Amino acid sequence: MSANTVIDVQDLRVRVGAARIVNDVSFKVERGQTLGIVGESGSGKSMTVLAATGLIDAPSAKVSGTSMLDGQNLIGLRRSKLEKIYGERIGFIFQDPATSLNPVLTLERQLTEGPEAHLGITRRAARRRALDLLEAVGIPDPEPRLAAYPHQLSGGMKQRVMIAVALACDPALLIADEPTTALDVTTQAQIISLVRSLQERLGMGVVWISHDLGVISGVAEEVSVLYGGQVVEHTAITDIFNNPLHPYTQGLLRARPYLGGAQEELVTIPGSPPDPKNLPKGCVFYDRCPVRLDSRCETELPPLTDVGDGHLVRSFCATSGGENVRNAWEGTRV
Amino acid sequence: MNRKLLSFVLRRLGHTAIVLVGVIIVVFTLVHLVPGDPVRVALGTRYTPEAYAALREASGLDRPLIVQFFSYIGNALTGDLGVSFRSGNPVTLVLLERLPATLSLAAAGIIIALLISFPLGLYAALHEGKALDGVIRAVSQFGVSVPDFWMGLMLITFFSVTLGWLPPSGYVPLTEDPLGWASHVLMPAFTVGVVAGSIMTRYIRSAVLDVVGSSYIRTAKSKGIKHRTVVMRHIVRNALVPVVTIGGIQMATMLGGLIVVEVVFAWPGLGRLVYDAVLSRDYAVIQGAVLLIAGMFLLINLLVDLLYAVVDPRIRVS
Repeated sequence: MSANTVIDVQDLRVRVGAARIVNDVSFKVERGQTLGIVGESGSGKSMTVLAATGLIDAPSAKVSGTSMLDGQNLIGLRRSKLEKIYGERIGFIFQDPATSLNPVLTLERQLTEGPEAHLGITRRAARRRALDLLEAVGIPDPEPRLAAYPHQLSGGMKQRVMIAVALACDPALLIADEPTTALDVTTQAQIISLVRSLQERLGMGVVWISHDLGVISGVAEEVSVLYGGQVVEHTAITDIFNNPLHPYTQGLLRARPYLGGAQEELVTIPGSPPDPKNLPKGCVFYDRCPVRLDSRCETELPPLTDVGDGHLVRSFCATSGGENVRNAWEGTRV
Repeated sequence: MNRKLLSFVLRRLGHTAIVLVGVIIVVFTLVHLVPGDPVRVALGTRYTPEAYAALREASGLDRPLIVQFFSYIGNALTGDLGVSFRSGNPVTLVLLERLPATLSLAAAGIIIALLISFPLGLYAALHEGKALDGVIRAVSQFGVSVPDFWMGLMLITFFSVTLGWLPPSGYVPLTEDPLGWASHVLMPAFTVGVVAGSIMTRYIRSAVLDVVGSSYIRTAKSKGIKHRTVVMRHIVRNALVPVVTIGGIQMATMLGGLIVVEVVFAWPGLGRLVYDAVLSRDYAVIQGAVLLIAGMFLLINLLVDLLYAVVDPRIRVS
């Protein structure tokens, strides 16, 4: 683990009853770097980061593996210890800004309580800090806003406030769990560039979760593709577009519309993601894979293999954008 | 904002007046539909046809119903609710005499209900699925189902008859002898408080559970503030809105529904008064008491609406 590593997650597993939600996921984030985690709903993206940071809500969830931050394993850490890490070392932004701010507290209260708890500063100093934060996230004329309540702000403004809350104590790591999904496209772009510029300024590591490869391409240097609670492919962001190796990643890319291109009809991936209570024995993508091979794919779990330059893929059928895959996907066009 | 608040209150008071007229119509009609002749009851053994006719005329009961109705409304507006057949005293005076007893019992009852329900409901929700949550749910279910007269009688049997700690019944005004009042009010207030508290415990538990599962509580936790702060500042504040609603309903129910408890504990309040008035067909008193209870009910609803604005900025600032 290099000195620049902010968080190092190894072999993370989450079980809720018989459901295998997250399966042996590993990832690392360096200072100033953004890791994108992409996958469909139900692929285990949110559970992965919530479990890795100990913020998981379900008391019945069993989490194993390690998640090292500042030399401490966050998995199984006591609440009182986690309270010292949240806010101060890790900031969180969540999906829906309409529900992630407390409706009955003023923005000032919501912005100052973190710094008051972690930085040991007075209410007045925390108020000044809150003003600076609101300015930093691009809220014009912040002074009167401090007394406002969340319902008085637009969705984009709320998400800006949420970012200010997350960054209130200059965390080393920012967890952004689909922060732009609930926003319109213009606001989405604003939020993305805001986080990027703040990241450059503060040098924090970011884990950005999205189901949208387009968003991920705008924020991340590296990307992990999650399917059935497993990392099926991990590589640099340019690679994922130019040289996707896993049939699932290739399918995802073909399911995206392109502006200006000779756009034909969109491709969908037939079938639905696997049931975490009943994961396939072999490759998790077996049921939906257009190029699956013999019984090996069905019965044997492919290992996550490095095919060079840190490009990891978990498939026996990984072909470099292979013609067979392309043709197979053409066949599924709807 | 204050101007808006004022116009809101005035509008609500206007609604209240309209509803009260409706209440008068309904009560007036119902009372006159109930079989039984108040004049005969009032005369009792002194009955003679002449005395009967004289009292009927004196009390205005010989006039057509519609005339009686409008004269009643007219008088009610000036604070004159008629005269009690039974005691011969003005109804307004009779009601005012009984009001403090009921108000002080209801206040004590709601305080006990809150003292029971708030900690239990909060604890149960924060420890959902644990053993004590199960116990609290079972006990509150029991409290909801227990009839109040039975509960009252059990308390009297145990604390008055067996232990001799508390007086079994009766009333001492709070203003004359606070300690005496407290010793008398404890059991009736506990009886109504346990029932209301059990209902409220269940409401508070589910209100808190709703809040705990919400996204902004996850945000609060993600700031790394103390767990106690998350509970008191974030969870409790948000759970207050439904709690105010159910608390208001319970308070209003208590003011109008203490009949059984007041009879069991010989507590000379409005409920007891209504009970006696119905038995003796004391029309004027029944009408007056129902009007007063309905008025208090509406007033509490108004207060609850105002309290919403205090606990929920989405209503206050829009």
